[in-house]
Amino acid sequence: MDTPSYFPVPPGVGMEENFLSLDDILLSQERLPVRTECVFPRLGFLEKSSDSQDIPEGTKMELPLWLCKGLYEKKRKVLSVELPKIYKEGWRTVFTADPNVVDLHKMGPYYYGLGSQMLHFDSPENPDIANALLQTFIGRFRRTMDSSQNAYNEDTSVLVGRLDCLEKVLFRSGQNGLNGFQCWEKGQAAQLTASSLVLNYRKRKLVDVQS
Amino acid sequence: MFCEKAIELIRELHRVSDGQLPAFNEDGLRQVLQEMEALYEQNQADVSEAKAAGRADLIPSIKLRHCCLLRNQRCVVAYLYDRLLRIRALRWEYGSVLPANVRFHMSAEEVQWFGQYKKSLASFMRSIGGQEGLDVTQDMKPPKSLYIQVRCLKDHGEFEIDDGTVILLKKNSQHFLPRWKCEQLIRQGVLEHVMS
Repeated sequence: MDTPSYFPVPPGVGMEENFLSLDDILLSQERLPVRTECVFPRLGFLEKSSDSQDIPEGTKMELPLWLCKGLYEKKRKVLSVELPKIYKEGWRTVFTADPNVVDLHKMGPYYYGLGSQMLHFDSPENPDIANALLQTFIGRFRRTMDSSQNAYNEDTSVLVGRLDCLEKVLFRSGQNGLNGFQCWEKGQAAQLTASSLVLNYRKRKLVDVQS
Repeated sequence: MFCEKAIELIRELHRVSDGQLPAFNEDGLRQVLQEMEALYEQNQADVSEAKAAGRADLIPSIKLRHCCLLRNQRCVVAYLYDRLLRIRALRWEYGSVLPANVRFHMSAEEVQWFGQYKKSLASFMRSIGGQEGLDVTQDMKPPKSLYIQVRCLKDHGEFEIDDGTVILLKKNSQHFLPRWKCEQLIRQGVLEHVMS
């Protein structure tokens, strides 16, 4: 068992992002369907489907989350952000009916993260969205935790394939705990081991030399 | 859309999730800074026009470019910071001397940072644990015995232990050595701890 020395900045909790977190930066890159509520002069080149110099009012386009958050204002003079379909009523009923059946990786790998960020846009459905996220998580958590604590030394790709990023982190954490415990039980906890970082560097060096 | 290059830098680091340090993307960084300069200049021009000609309708575009500037800034700072976290991990995994292939991946400023971090850590270690200081990079796992059995995984040449004896570390040779002398070599994969 290796003690890690690299501690990346973790993603933020709930509606907050961590400025330096790579995960949060990638999460905020997800695109959202929006409708412009005012003209954006001289930025027509951002909107590929038309040739005009400006982006007219009422244009429907897709913008990344970070831009939506930056431009959005409560009085809705600038942008109106549409909910992606997985957070709308139809899908919400599917999720709450049986959360374990859904492939959250396919539904956009950042289901919980993006859902929490959508709450910034003052949709009237916010309480329902928040509730759906919570219920889905509660419904799936038991199975994730269970499988992470019982899958020892086997291929977990089937178990992990349908999990969203947050759940994957939890799963990995569970596996680390399980492996650590098994290692200790076997009396291997006192064995000094080579650093996995060092070994990986060496593997990469060999690959570089061969290519 | 703006900020594509910036997000590429982040993806580059995110791909290497085990904490290894990829090469310093000087080119990418330069492109992001150039985009920031262009955005800033366009905004300067639009702001003066908005003030002088009373064109308040330019403000949404100014705001948009400003968001892009902030985004680029965030990506650059996060990129540099994450690299520093990886370089810091190198001190704990590799020790104070980094192999050449790792140093090639670092920019000049990062090499300098590593030197300063080493110094800070060393003066901290000297300040605790009484007269001789305390090496906190050792004993990462609770020690069970003073001496351990090790097998050599590759030729490492001569190795001197505290009482002056010189040991030849040849591949596959086994030795019974003091734990504190071997810990770093085990971490580097030169020796293997043999449990009886």
